Amino acid sequence: MQARRLWGGVIAAAALAVAGGASAQTVKVGVVLPFTGVGAEFGQQVDRGMQMYMKLNAGAFAPYKVELVRRDSKNPSGAEAKTAVQELIAQEKVDLLAGFIYSPDAIASAPLATAAKKPMVIMNAGTAWITNLSPMISRVSFSMWHAGHAMGEAAARSLKAKTAVVGYTDYPPGKDSLDAFKRGFETAGGSVVDAIPMGGPGQVPDFTPFFQRAKDKKPDVFFVFVPAGDHAVSVMKTYAALGMREAGIKLVGPGDITQDIKLQSMGKDAVGLITAHHYNADLDNAANRRLVAAWREEYGADSTPDFMAVQGYDGMAAIAHVVRTLGGRIDAEGAMKALKGWKYDSPRGPISIDPATRDIVMNEYLSELVLKDGRLVQKNIGVIEAVKDMCKELKAGKCAQ
Amino acid sequence: MDLASILLGGLAAGMVLFVVSVGLSVTMGLMGFVNLAHGGFAMLGGYAVVLAMRHWGLPFGAALALGFVAVALVAALLERTLYARLYRASELDQVLFTIGLVFVMVAGVTLTVGPETQGVQLPPWLRGQTDLGFLKYRTYSLALIAFGVLLMAALWLGFERTRIGAQIRAAVDNRRMAESMGVNVRRLFTLTFALGSGLAAAGGGLGAEILGLDPQYPLRYLAYFLIVVAVGGLGRVSGVFFAALALGVLDFVLKVHFPKGGTMFIYALTIAFLLARPQGLFGKRA
Amino acid sequence: MSLPAATLEAATRHRLRAWEALPWLAALGAFFLFPDYLAFGTQVLVMILFALSLDLVLGYAGIVTLGHAAFFGAGAYTVAMLAAHAGWNEPLSGLAVAALVAGLLGLASGWVLLRTHGLTLLMLTLCTMALLEQAANMFSGFTGGFDGMPGLAFQPILGLFEFDVLYFRMQYLYALAVLFACFIALRVLVHSSFGRSLTGIRENLLRMHAVGAPVRARQVLAYAVSAALAGVAGAVFVQATSYVNLAVLGLERAAGVLIILILGGYGRLYGAFVGALAYLLLEHTLSKAYPTAWQLGIGITLVLVALYARNGILGLADALRRRWRER
Repeated sequence: MQARRLWGGVIAAAALAVAGGASAQTVKVGVVLPFTGVGAEFGQQVDRGMQMYMKLNAGAFAPYKVELVRRDSKNPSGAEAKTAVQELIAQEKVDLLAGFIYSPDAIASAPLATAAKKPMVIMNAGTAWITNLSPMISRVSFSMWHAGHAMGEAAARSLKAKTAVVGYTDYPPGKDSLDAFKRGFETAGGSVVDAIPMGGPGQVPDFTPFFQRAKDKKPDVFFVFVPAGDHAVSVMKTYAALGMREAGIKLVGPGDITQDIKLQSMGKDAVGLITAHHYNADLDNAANRRLVAAWREEYGADSTPDFMAVQGYDGMAAIAHVVRTLGGRIDAEGAMKALKGWKYDSPRGPISIDPATRDIVMNEYLSELVLKDGRLVQKNIGVIEAVKDMCKELKAGKCAQ
Repeated sequence: MDLASILLGGLAAGMVLFVVSVGLSVTMGLMGFVNLAHGGFAMLGGYAVVLAMRHWGLPFGAALALGFVAVALVAALLERTLYARLYRASELDQVLFTIGLVFVMVAGVTLTVGPETQGVQLPPWLRGQTDLGFLKYRTYSLALIAFGVLLMAALWLGFERTRIGAQIRAAVDNRRMAESMGVNVRRLFTLTFALGSGLAAAGGGLGAEILGLDPQYPLRYLAYFLIVVAVGGLGRVSGVFFAALALGVLDFVLKVHFPKGGTMFIYALTIAFLLARPQGLFGKRA
Repeated sequence: MSLPAATLEAATRHRLRAWEALPWLAALGAFFLFPDYLAFGTQVLVMILFALSLDLVLGYAGIVTLGHAAFFGAGAYTVAMLAAHAGWNEPLSGLAVAALVAGLLGLASGWVLLRTHGLTLLMLTLCTMALLEQAANMFSGFTGGFDGMPGLAFQPILGLFEFDVLYFRMQYLYALAVLFACFIALRVLVHSSFGRSLTGIRENLLRMHAVGAPVRARQVLAYAVSAALAGVAGAVFVQATSYVNLAVLGLERAAGVLIILILGGYGRLYGAFVGALAYLLLEHTLSKAYPTAWQLGIGITLVLVALYARNGILGLADALRRRWRER
């Protein structure tokens, strides 16, 4: 009896030892997203995008397994994200970090990623100079300059606008967007006559006073940047309510203001709005058609992927690439090398990671909102291919480091 | 920048603040209870309106009425079962309770409906612009102003001309005296609390078009509601009315002319005002 | 004739008791037992200090404020801006400057605001804090605004002990040392005649006026000291996390510390310890287990505590202890 128990113990110990070695084939990814608070719905979209990737590409990680360890970054102050990242690294011993909706979250976490040598895949945070903060950071989402600069160029060239007023939410992404649009617009021959800060990101202000001011300047084009979410719907309603379209002022903006999950609640007022963005759910390519169909099946006919979802999707694709390339054993240098220059056929078209900046290179689509069968649909009216983050390209402002 | 557009825009925003905050002012003045969950009732009202319109196809007006009644009932229930226990508790325990209650409301809504913003589909007659002759202005803003004025009139009549109104005013001014005169203060509390929260609910539904509606609503706008109540003077409907309008118009004007400085001025002006006149516009001097 | 237990306890409260060493031993023990949780631990220590500062003004002087994060933020930004713009990143002197700046701010705002009380005072404190937050956003060239100031680096403490980016070991011990020093100072203050007069002001304002005590002056002084302490907490926060942004001045932080103090029990110093640990621990474990539903759990807890545990957790403990004694 005694001997059997002893043997049992030895066998168990041996089994554990083998299993311990085998678990090196499970890659642990720490996911830092807001699951509660103001960003909860964005966290949900990115998370769903990640899960969609794994559902539609079941063999992408094979024969390795991936385990997602989720932590709530709560409010966009950076402190929670930093604590979460510290715990993911120290306690959970993750191999990679992913997520980061808000720029402060990514900014606060960068030094930890550098110190611990953990590759950090950013799936939203759009402040341009974030990628300069750590050699471990790669971004699959966007920089404010991608859409802003492209829209500026397009407004002058395609829409033939000469004057513009910019309305922006008064915080860094808004200011980035202003700088980006201005650069693109003025380089292409236009002139920005007024820049109106429209309150902070915390509350949805009543936009009426700011739009009133813009209307009185009588520009050809009114470029508006507001954070994705509640603000955008309010923008559309105020634009219509003040009769700005009738006054001949075109409303344009980055695709943050036409986020697919908010689109239908904007109503008829939004028809004619022109945006530039790297993704909308109506993009016509094989990968996107597949994603949208699978999404509707999983989450309901009224649901839709949006740019945040596709960023989660592509982020997982990037991670899968790293896992396969490195054979399941993640080391920082190897991972960053695998990511630099990575190319992929995403639902948003062809994307790649710029080896020089570790930031994303992708198409920017110019789209106009039209009504089709009673629903708002994005109609593609132009494409700018392989757009880089112009802030770092032009070494503008803080990107110069 | 023409004066009329600015005035109308500011007044409309102010009216929403008025509708939501008037209940808070009266209950705080009457019951001396710090109810930080007031914004939560506004949010619940907004959600009731949206859901009633979406799932039961109710028209906007009927949905607002439903929201008012439903939340008033919930508030009355909460008052009888929970709030009443804390009337003799310290101010701070009341703060703790109401903040806990807000968390429960916010989390409850997030879990049942979801974290997304909800939009209201206004009926066609409230959309677009109206031609006033000298100006074309947003119809909904004009409707809000009209509603606010009517509400103010109704409340004024209610307080000045009815027996219950007189009882409430008496109890706000001197509760013990009112009790000794035979006023059933307990019943008054429940009634007022229900009414105030119902109004907040209506305000939430009305304001959804301008202020947005999502689970973060109660915490985001708490400061504004409290400012309106403090500036207006506790327990004074007319005070809340003018404070809300002043805040709305001032906010609007500042944003048009100094968008950069924005909200800073509002806080600075509030501080200056409250220092000069701590009891608010029409409050009684302590 | 022996005095009733409660009176005896109140009269001898200033004496050090054996169990008062417990929190510090526990904190040191945590350092060795939970080496992977020190980032969280540092947050708890910072919060305890912040809550202690609030206790001085709320629990002892009876001033209800929703704007205490103004001083936390003032200390935080002082240290950050010194480090980023003036190259002054020696931690201990940074602490001293932060305390001074926050204390002066407290003195000025206290002198102006404390003539009011009740809801008016509450709103004034809230507006002052909001004003500072907006100002910090307006001058985002200096303050980094919403995105904050990343990459703040601080010199090793006393030139010897370097901050540890990944495991927060040195940050934890530093925060603990600062907390200890501040606590000693606060304890002495609270049990001094100044502290006792504060309690007098809180309990019976009229009588204090009647005996000619300089009520306003005492309140303003308490407010200023409390502000300085809050500033120290903010400074430690920034030094430990090497990052600052507008959230240090936000309503969420101000409301959070108020909840923590009420939860733990105000007016007795140790309430800050209990409240901070209980609340943050609860929040942390719930949000790990239920990333979407933890707020519900916290809300229900707060409601229950408010209804059944007057004067917070320590109040509950007192009531239980009294019931035990009386059987």
